[in-house]
Amino acid sequence: MQAYAQQIHRCFRCGYCKFPSDYTDFNCPSYSRFRLETYSTGGRLWLIWAWLKKEIEWSEHFAEILFSCATCRNCVEQCPMKFSDDIVDWIVAARSDMVEKGLVLPHIRDFLNNVSKHGNPWGTARSKRDAWAEGIGRCKPGDEYLFYVGCVGSYEERGQRMARSLAELLGKAGVSFGILGTEEDCDGNEVYTLGETGLFEELAKKNVQKFKELGVKKVVTLSPHAYNSMKNKYPRFGAFEVSHYTQLLSEIIQQGKVELSELKAKVTYHDPCFLGRYNGVYDIPREILKSIPGIELTEMKRIRENSFCCGGGSGNFVTDLLGGSEENPSRTRVREAHETGAEILVVACPSCMMILDDAVKDEGLEGEMTVKDITELMKESSK
Amino acid sequence: MISMNKTYKLLAEIVGEQYVSNKKEELYIYSQDPGMMEPHKPDYVVMPKTTQEIQRIVKIANDEKIPIVPVGGSLSLSGLVIPHRGGIALDLKRMDRVLEVNEKSRYVVVEGGVTQGKLKAYLERHHPNLRHSIPDAPPSATVVGNIVIHGQGRLTQQYGFNSDMVTGLEVVLPTGEVCKIGSSSVSPYWFSIAPLPDLAGLFLGWFGTTGVITKLGLRLYPKKEMRDIEMFVVEDPTLVPDVIHRVTHTEMTEDIFIAAQPYPLVFKDIIMIGICITGDSEEEIEFKRRMIWDALRTHIESKEGGFMMLTPDIKRELLEMPTTGTTRFADVMKGGGFEYCGPIIPVEKYPEAYKKLLEFSSKYGITYGSAGRVIGRSHCMMFSFGYPFNRADPDNIERTEKALHDSNVASLDIGGVPWKPEVPAQKMIMERMDKNTLELMKRMKKLLDPNGIMNPGNWEAE
Repeated sequence: MQAYAQQIHRCFRCGYCKFPSDYTDFNCPSYSRFRLETYSTGGRLWLIWAWLKKEIEWSEHFAEILFSCATCRNCVEQCPMKFSDDIVDWIVAARSDMVEKGLVLPHIRDFLNNVSKHGNPWGTARSKRDAWAEGIGRCKPGDEYLFYVGCVGSYEERGQRMARSLAELLGKAGVSFGILGTEEDCDGNEVYTLGETGLFEELAKKNVQKFKELGVKKVVTLSPHAYNSMKNKYPRFGAFEVSHYTQLLSEIIQQGKVELSELKAKVTYHDPCFLGRYNGVYDIPREILKSIPGIELTEMKRIRENSFCCGGGSGNFVTDLLGGSEENPSRTRVREAHETGAEILVVACPSCMMILDDAVKDEGLEGEMTVKDITELMKESSK
Repeated sequence: MISMNKTYKLLAEIVGEQYVSNKKEELYIYSQDPGMMEPHKPDYVVMPKTTQEIQRIVKIANDEKIPIVPVGGSLSLSGLVIPHRGGIALDLKRMDRVLEVNEKSRYVVVEGGVTQGKLKAYLERHHPNLRHSIPDAPPSATVVGNIVIHGQGRLTQQYGFNSDMVTGLEVVLPTGEVCKIGSSSVSPYWFSIAPLPDLAGLFLGWFGTTGVITKLGLRLYPKKEMRDIEMFVVEDPTLVPDVIHRVTHTEMTEDIFIAAQPYPLVFKDIIMIGICITGDSEEEIEFKRRMIWDALRTHIESKEGGFMMLTPDIKRELLEMPTTGTTRFADVMKGGGFEYCGPIIPVEKYPEAYKKLLEFSSKYGITYGSAGRVIGRSHCMMFSFGYPFNRADPDNIERTEKALHDSNVASLDIGGVPWKPEVPAQKMIMERMDKNTLELMKRMKKLLDPNGIMNPGNWEAE
């Protein structure tokens, strides 16, 4: 943290970070939710600096403010200053400082403890990690891909459906792959953004070691969160090729390995932050949707670099620090999707799936709009 | 007097618990703005959604003599929303609806917390042939906040201060009554302050010390298809008033700004006069460009000045609205701050002001940047004594504070008036003000705000 202490005062609190590039609406999920300046990126950075200067002391409320940031990188995208690339790192570093001192909220602590003990943030038994995967083979030497499912895909019902759809599509396309099943561990992306860098390293090393033992050369992930950590944080622990499932499906389509039949639907696509702003993958998911005959893609106001985060990042899909209100970012996003007239809100991330699916119910839009993942749409189309 | 706990509960009943806070984190952030003024904490931060909620809050505050500070984007840099006597920081940004756009009569009605960014985006999306006068402040600055400080914007050279573009107000008076100002007080339309007695003046330039503006009617202007910029450069500051005079005589320009800065070194000792033009066709742009070149031909031929080549990237940056360049000035020292004294001065006083700027920069060993703007057809101008500072360097802050003080004094000495002055500069102004004028201000304030609850500390005469 102290490395950042020399930089963090450079935030002017100008507020560009609150917006998308056309200023249509507030685009920082926590500011949009709470509307107090403290919950904007600038407010958060000024509070961190005040904490470093000992002008304020740690409190649960300060921790709530700090941990409610979904690390969506909208601020990084919009900040006009030269240090903009560092903003999320500063927030993560401050969290790290708190974690080291044991100054965390109970639900953050539980999240981290559960990952440490059980390999997932809910504390569900490891033995249940492959409950969704009947009939799907374990990864063995010679498989082209390791299908890394991740925690949401393994334990949450909507995530499990995504995982099954992807496994089925890969099978149909003749891709040789296997999963780790109960041997799979958390990828650690959320653990890292929550500031538990020690645990993250432990997880990353463990995962890479397992991949090495199995001779894994290529990993395909269900979640953009896992894709992000494996692509950007794992290389120092070991080399392997990683792709998000949309990238692999796009190749499969291009190679003509699946046949897609007509599926009439008006859809809109929600960019996951860890696929879009973190890794610049904007076109591939849209190209997949356009390749399904009958799909009409209509865009929301805020897309691509300006996409409005569902609020699930940085563990919020479990800790829910942005929930409990109509202004919950996931509900705001669902309303925005509904405005397009789309009947399906398409996602490419199990965390977004989980949180937006709940938001559709909270908004009373069941029957008018459903949330589906790209794998599910492709599966329906490939029947 | 009711207890603080009771006050908190009453406020929470009005706006809902999630929009009121007395936690130290919110009190800390709302105790300051990004400028250099001494922080002071409020007792509560409250975020109302409606005029009626504000009315109820103000009535409680007036009964209990609790100070109220209306808060917009907190970006004046002069600490105008610092709650000097505590009380309620009334953050208006949840009042963020654009209520009406009248295409034919070219005005918009917005709520008190609409940001510059939101209004720009709204007009671009729904009324692409209309625009408002966007200031150089970040998009999070509010439209009402800019009006209350007599802000300027991209259309100021054509139409005056942004506050000259006001067509109506809805105000919650410090005693709780809701009052409409202008045509909207007698008609469903918000087209003009005239022909009624100009009561808007009781609220513009008063920094929220006379009431809370909850709605604003504002003139909109034709949005031309194209914009372009020419940059005229001189070394001699005494030429600047003449250049401005000649260019404004053409009546061909959108915006004229005057910039001076020592870094990068290529800009040292030169003064750049940015001349923006608009048009609906290349022909129109070309015609205006030619008129401007002709107007400055004497200076070009005498080699006292000339037009600078601008790359498309630089043009894009200079034409940006709002301009990120102003914000990035805060990172010049890698210190997260800049402060400026921006007096409104007669145009012919530019050379004196420029000389003083260099003098203070040298005297205090700090760097500078000046970004002035012509107001009206050379009717006056804003000259900024701008100083980036390092928030983490107390010595640098102290020197910048001294430079700011000297700049305020110099502004008044040369016949200007500090714009959106911080409290010490307000006092300097009032000390030099005509005594009867000051007395009139005091009477107006007392009449409107008998208990002195509105943004106390500002415009307070000894």
